Amino acid sequence: MHLRTRKIIDRSATGIGILAIVVMTAALVVLLAPIFANGTGAFVFRGTAEFRKYQSDRFDRGDREVLTTEKETLRQVRQPVYDLLHKFEHQLKNDDDLDARFGAEFPKLKREVYRLIGPPPGEALSRLERDEYGATRWDRALVQADSIVHVQEDRGLDSHGFSLKVEGPRAARYKGTSLEPMFGYVEMHLAELLRPQWTFYPQFLIDNPQDANFFGGIGPAVLGTIYLTLGAILFAVPMGVITAIYLVEYAGQGRFISLLRTCISTLAGVPSIVFGLFGLAFFINTIHVSPSKSVLAGSLTLGLLILPTIIRASEEALRAVPLAYKEAALSLGAGQWRTILTVILPAALPGILTGIIISMGRAAGETAPIIFTAAVSVGLGVKPWEVFTSPTQALSWNIYNVSTEHEAVDQIRHVQYGMVLTLVVLVLALNLTAVLLRARITRRLSG
Amino acid sequence: MASSAVAERPKKMTTSVPTTRPTSRSPETPQTPAVAGEVSHVAAEGFHVLYGGRPAVKSVTMNIPPGRVTAIIGPSGCGKSTFLRAINRMNDLIPGCTVQGRLALDGQDLYVPQLDVVALRRKVGMVFQKPNPFPKSIFDNVAYGPRIHGISSRTHLSEIVEQSLSRAGLWDEVKDRQHDNALRLSGGQQQRLCIARALAVDPEVLLMDEPASALDPRSTARVEELIDELSGQYTIIIVTHNMQQAARVSELTAFFYEGELIEFGPTKEIFTKPRQEKTEAYITGRFG
Repeated sequence: MHLRTRKIIDRSATGIGILAIVVMTAALVVLLAPIFANGTGAFVFRGTAEFRKYQSDRFDRGDREVLTTEKETLRQVRQPVYDLLHKFEHQLKNDDDLDARFGAEFPKLKREVYRLIGPPPGEALSRLERDEYGATRWDRALVQADSIVHVQEDRGLDSHGFSLKVEGPRAARYKGTSLEPMFGYVEMHLAELLRPQWTFYPQFLIDNPQDANFFGGIGPAVLGTIYLTLGAILFAVPMGVITAIYLVEYAGQGRFISLLRTCISTLAGVPSIVFGLFGLAFFINTIHVSPSKSVLAGSLTLGLLILPTIIRASEEALRAVPLAYKEAALSLGAGQWRTILTVILPAALPGILTGIIISMGRAAGETAPIIFTAAVSVGLGVKPWEVFTSPTQALSWNIYNVSTEHEAVDQIRHVQYGMVLTLVVLVLALNLTAVLLRARITRRLSG
Repeated sequence: MASSAVAERPKKMTTSVPTTRPTSRSPETPQTPAVAGEVSHVAAEGFHVLYGGRPAVKSVTMNIPPGRVTAIIGPSGCGKSTFLRAINRMNDLIPGCTVQGRLALDGQDLYVPQLDVVALRRKVGMVFQKPNPFPKSIFDNVAYGPRIHGISSRTHLSEIVEQSLSRAGLWDEVKDRQHDNALRLSGGQQQRLCIARALAVDPEVLLMDEPASALDPRSTARVEELIDELSGQYTIIIVTHNMQQAARVSELTAFFYEGELIEFGPTKEIFTKPRQEKTEAYITGRFG
């Protein structure tokens, strides 16, 4: 081959490599940027007076005196809105004509207003917490206010046959009624009605979710993920490392051993949902580790899932230990087990640890294996002594749950993103720990 | 099992005058230059080593006397390393490696099933071609052997470490940084550390598999001096490619060729008036 051709080929290979890296980095940024941008919104946001009230009522947080003063101020600002609503409601009852026009719509409107600024004292619409408080987050409040002030009107079909919806001021519909001034008032005084303030809410990580995640944090899910991950590691690491030691140091080259290796590789490729079903069928239904879903059953299932990874990583790490170390130890009169314990395992530790920590990331993020074995969508944080019997929330499962099965998915975006961010940060932190730990041990080993 | 030897260690180690190693089984060791086969510490009789049926060492019969430096020379692939590794049974690590005939240490057959390999390796130390300190501190490297043989007292260990490092001529260089990683030492220092590590379990025999071949000339000279200092205290068997080295450090030389022992005798005689034609051809550089 000509020197020239060879050079061109070399250069294009380099170019393709760089391109691949750039594309991957870009993809990562595109993925992570919105997660970080929206996820931080769960922790840092403009909280309204309703948020502070809720925190005070439920978690006893905040300066009570300041809150009492604020309450009084708010009452004065909000009273005109309540008054207008009451007045109109009263008119509605006595005027059949008016009732015919607004009788169906008004109760919904009132409900929306209460959801914005909260119901007047003693007049909650239902016993749900979400009906006792107004909008707790300013971003939600803006959307809510908009849905009150504006209305979508159906104008039939357009010339292309699509349904035509026009957004217009709701005040126009109520023109001439006693309620008309309310819309302008809400629009004008929205900030005074809710008094948004920048809020840092780190307790999002530990608070119990309240009223189906409308309020509170994601504490039980974080706790559950930690339990499940640690449980999986506790189960899989001893098994995996011992298996790897057996395969590297003791097992020969027989047919059975190569079959075993193939099995382990195959296990690594089994879809995770199959592990989940296996966990249900074996751990719960067959050997009854717990009467029903539990942290224990979930941990065992996840442990099984990461076992092949740990075995593989440990095997490679053990094989990479220079034979010279082993020879040195044996020549000094160390037995095989002693050699493994004092020389081979310490030298293989960086590789084994990397495998373990990467597996931890995997275990923390897996959803399918815990659906049937551990995860529930509601519940309080599991106490350490309850792990053998109690099911738990978990970030991975709850992300799915609050994003798809929740009754008001679009109202709790901040919770969804907050959970995703927490999980991503957890996994990234684990991987970073792996890198640092590995570097540290490698440095110690190489002098 | 290790305790008796351990208990007498300080006494032995502080012996200031290097004497011929007092092995109980050979008190009659002559001080005159040894003749091959006279009194043996390591004895081979029709000894074969086979790798998967292919012989690497063929019918070797030789008696290696105690307290002397015996060099084994020969071209690559002549079986000299294989023979050396048979003495502490390091060949056990190689799958498919089998032996025939008899190899004995102090009259004890090394290839009987009831032999305790760990005990054997305590008596037969080994230094490898490439320095192979553990990725641990200097102290922990030397203390490794004593520790696995049950010594845990810190003072006792420090004593052994100091004595072993002194014997290996490394003490002055490393005494202030015993807790540094051994891999930070230079190649020559690492090799002397490995020698110290082997000495720390107080072996009777020291096997050296081309101990200087990975070192620069200066470090090589230092290791050779060390071998010289240790001779008389240990039975040293050294495999080397370097004939000058064999001539410089050994009292006895064995020449291996294609797995067979061609000639074994006092080094002077081997190098000045070899009896075998092949030996002469090799040492004059006609092959190898």
